[in-house]
This record gives sequence, structure tokens and C-alpha cells, in this order.
Amino acid sequence: MSSSEGKLKPSSSELDLDRPNIEDYLPSGASIHEPHGKLRLRDLLDISPILTEAAGAIVDDSFTRCFKSNPPEPWNWNVYLFPLWCSGVVFRYLILFPVRAIVLTIGWMIFLSCFIPVHFLLKGNDSLRKKWERVLVELICSFFVASWTGVVKYHGPRPSMRPKQVFVANHTSMIDFIILEQMTAFAVIMQKHPGWVGLLQSTILESVGCIWFNRSEAKDREIVTKKLREHSQGADNNPLLIFPEGTCVNNQYSVMFKKGAFELGCTVCPVAIKYNKIFVDAFWNSRKQSFTMHLLQLMTSWAVVCDVWYLEPQNLRPGETAIEFAERVRDIISVRAGLKKVPWDGYLKYSRPSPKHRERKQQSFAESVLRRLEEK
Amino acid sequence: MLTRNYLFIFFFLFLAVSLEPNSSKILSETMGNSSSMLTQYDIEEVQQHCQRLFSQQEIVSLYERFCQLDRNAKGFISADEFLSVPEFAMNPLSQRLLKMVDGLNFKDFVAFLSAFSAKASVQMKIKLIFKVYDSDGNGKVSFNDILEVLRDLSGSFISDNQREQVLTQLLKEAGYSKDSYLTLDDFIKVLGSPGLKMEVEVPVD
Repeated sequence: MSSSEGKLKPSSSELDLDRPNIEDYLPSGASIHEPHGKLRLRDLLDISPILTEAAGAIVDDSFTRCFKSNPPEPWNWNVYLFPLWCSGVVFRYLILFPVRAIVLTIGWMIFLSCFIPVHFLLKGNDSLRKKWERVLVELICSFFVASWTGVVKYHGPRPSMRPKQVFVANHTSMIDFIILEQMTAFAVIMQKHPGWVGLLQSTILESVGCIWFNRSEAKDREIVTKKLREHSQGADNNPLLIFPEGTCVNNQYSVMFKKGAFELGCTVCPVAIKYNKIFVDAFWNSRKQSFTMHLLQLMTSWAVVCDVWYLEPQNLRPGETAIEFAERVRDIISVRAGLKKVPWDGYLKYSRPSPKHRERKQQSFAESVLRRLEEK
Repeated sequence: MLTRNYLFIFFFLFLAVSLEPNSSKILSETMGNSSSMLTQYDIEEVQQHCQRLFSQQEIVSLYERFCQLDRNAKGFISADEFLSVPEFAMNPLSQRLLKMVDGLNFKDFVAFLSAFSAKASVQMKIKLIFKVYDSDGNGKVSFNDILEVLRDLSGSFISDNQREQVLTQLLKEAGYSKDSYLTLDDFIKVLGSPGLKMEVEVPVD
């Protein structure tokens, strides 16, 4: 969730350890039909399958599709519906938006007038202070949700505070966190943002217990894994919420889950979130919009309607690796939320694929040539 | 007092125009052609340029894709933006293709991709393959040119010596020598016989 696009750089090899073999998922023309028979000049010169793959990727690729905003089809292109749409716009911007802004301001005033005293006066009595701060954070999140006229339907048993459990969810926008937080005060792991969001993160979210990571630092992962483990072992810490995709995806696809959340030795409780696109497209395309504009867009739409499913907690099965566990949970969430799975690492948004994949293709080509050389 | 109200209303309407995803479509339709819309005339011009190998719907789809890859609407796609497609970056021949495709405007982009249309002739496809091998564009493909492509394709998994050996042997078997230069006609002779399948489908919603 970074707000600026720097130059792409090759990814560190550490990020690759997260992924199972992409070749198992990718449709590759060359691997479908294994050529046989004596090697001829034609076979060396014929690069058509490789060129076809490259051109296919230029024309359409499953990675870019994950991050495409797909607003609902415009319905207002005739002379009868257009004025209706215009009056809708006027209503939303001149009536709904000011009302919502006022509601949100009132919410902030109530929150700050309770939070600041509680934070400073109850400094001695930690557990009571934490309890109050939790309630207040849930309150401000409810005000946020109300300010978009959020209609959230929660399915499944509400999360309980137990040690050794983490919650994982698919990620569409930062508002995922707010929607889940209004029901239960989670501790969350987030990328530190600049601006007013960063300020909120460092003051208010500190009270529910947050872990910061920095996507651009490779060494950061070990530190973060350690912090995650410490947090999940603690009995009176808030339950930890992790978005294993690592980046915002457009709520129609799911990218590969990072295994960090799945090797903490805890029970993993999947949460699936699906937004109803008819009302607003809640995907936060962090390359196109700042978070402020995104919030404004939500506050000037009719409603944010979504479904949240708390799914059955999962444990690591004997003989299962962390990556397989992550894929199994991703499967559960994707099926529930109606998302299509793609075999890409979300961080490819920020860095190039590692040379390992190209090398794998080179290896299979080399092996095929050498093998056919033997056949006479 | 009255002007302040009007100012507020203008502010809100300005916000509406910038936030509403549909408003830019209305604006470009009322103000005539804007840079992000293709007119019928444009589509036909592009279709002519690619020898009618793509249908008009396919050209519209390709334009959406072009605009998606061209992030700041410069009118061409830079090498970096091509490489941001992971499937393309992983391809062993991506650097060679980049040289051919970097900085093309939309018309030439479609013309490049037209070799991959199902309606394109086998000769057109072989011509593209020849262009990939003939990196210096002198109309001849030398032994070294083929070696370089083989190096891209097989990496460090075959030794240089072995590559040379295999290529020399296969060239001899096909009736060429190590010093001969292959022309486009030679390529057509070698690759053309059982036909060539090199097709990409343009998704049309």
C-alpha cells in the first residue's frame, strides 16, 4: 500500500521463498506439447511458442487484471436517465456528503474527548486503560463506517480473544481494517504511511497494538516475523489481523498469500470480505488515488455494502508446509468471497520477478534440446 | 452571501467531476474527442495500418490494454512499463522483443501484434521470427546471431561449446555451413513446411 511508484528493482530472493512453483499454475504453451524425435535445424530456429507467450502477456495478463479498477457499467447514457443521474450526483454531493462529514466530525470530537483523558489519566492502570481504548477505537471505526453509510453484514461467530490465534483476510482497501475493527478491536500489521494516516497510525493504533513493516527493506521480514510471533503468544494482546496478500487487490481476484502469518504456530481464522460493486467500487488503487481521495469517493457514493464472513479456524495439518497451509486458507477465502485465484506475488507490483523463473524456462528448453540430441 | 453559496456549490460540483468515474466520459463526449477516446476514423486508420488483420472490436480492446500499460498517457509504452507485466519479464526473449516494441505508438503497436493474429499469413510470422534473430537488421542471420538467441533461450544450462557444436551439426544436416548467412527465404524454407502456429487471442468483452 505505498503511495508512490518508484523505479522497479529486481526482487530479493527472500520474497521468492514464499511462493510455490508458479509453473504449476501458469498455462504455458511449450509445456503442453513436448516435442519428440530427432533434433533438426527447424527445432532450434522455431521460437514461436516463446514469442506467443510473450505476445500473450503483452495483450492480456492475469497479474495486471488483479489491480484494474472495474467500476460498474454506466447506465445513464440516454436522455431520460441522465437527468436522474445528475440529480443523484447533486443529492450525494450537496446533501449526503455534508451530512456525513458532520457525522464524522461529531464522532471525532466524541472520540478525542474521551480518548485523550483515558490515555493520559489512566496511565497507571494498564488493563482498564486498554479496555477503554479498545471500546473507543471500535467506536470511531463505527463512526467511519456510518460516514460512508456502510451496510456490513457479518456472518459467522464473532472473533473471541484467545491467545495463539491470528486472523487473515483478503485485502481490497484500507477500509477493510476499519470494517473489521468496528466489530472487534484487532491489532494489525501495516505499512507505515506518510501524512495524516501515518499520524493516526502512530497515535491511536498504537493503543490497540500495531506492528509496522517497511515493504522496501528486505531484512525487515525477519524482524517482523519475530514481532508477530511475540504478539501472538501474548495472552492479553488484541487478536492479530494480517492481510497476507501484502497489497490491495481489486476484490475480484486474490494473489498469493505470504507464508509469514502461517508459520507462527497459531490457529489461523480466515475472514472473507466481499464488497457489492453496484453501490461503489471499494478497491483502493493506491497508484491512482491517495487515501484521502479514496475516502472522499466513499463518502460521496450511495453506500458501501459488503459481506464479512468469519470462517472456520484452521490449523497446520501434519506434514503440511507453511506455503501449502497458506494456499489452503487462500482457497477457503477465495471460494467464500467469489474471488479468482492467480499465482502471482502481490509484491510484483513494486519489483520485477526474480531471474529464477526465467532460468527455469531456460532449463526446460536446454533439457529438451539435450534430450532430443540423444535420440537418433 | 450569495456568491459564497455559489462558491460552495461550485466546489462540490468540482469534487463530483473529479471523483465520479463516469463524469470524464460525459465530458469527453460533450467536448468532442478527448485524447483517451478512439473515434471510428482512428479505428479504421489503425485497421488499415495493420492490413485488416484485427477486427474493430479487437482494436478497441487493444487500445484499452495500451492505455492500461501506458501509465501517464504519453502515447507510447516504455520498456519499464512492459517489464511491469511479470509474465513478459520472465520470458527469455523479453529483451529482444523490447527492442522491437519499446516506444511504439498505438498504430505501430497494433501492427507489431498483427503478426500474432490468426488471420496473419505464415510468411508474416516467419518474418517476425527473422527480425528477432536479425538484431542488426541487415537482412542476414549469421551463425553468431543464432548462437545469441540460443544463449537467451538456454542460459547457463548448455555450455557455449555444446551450443556451437549442436548448431554446426544441425546446419550441416540442413545443407548450410557455419559461415553461411541465412536470409528470410531460408527461414521460410526451414520453418514453413509443416506450418507454424503463433497466435494470440485478443480478449473482447
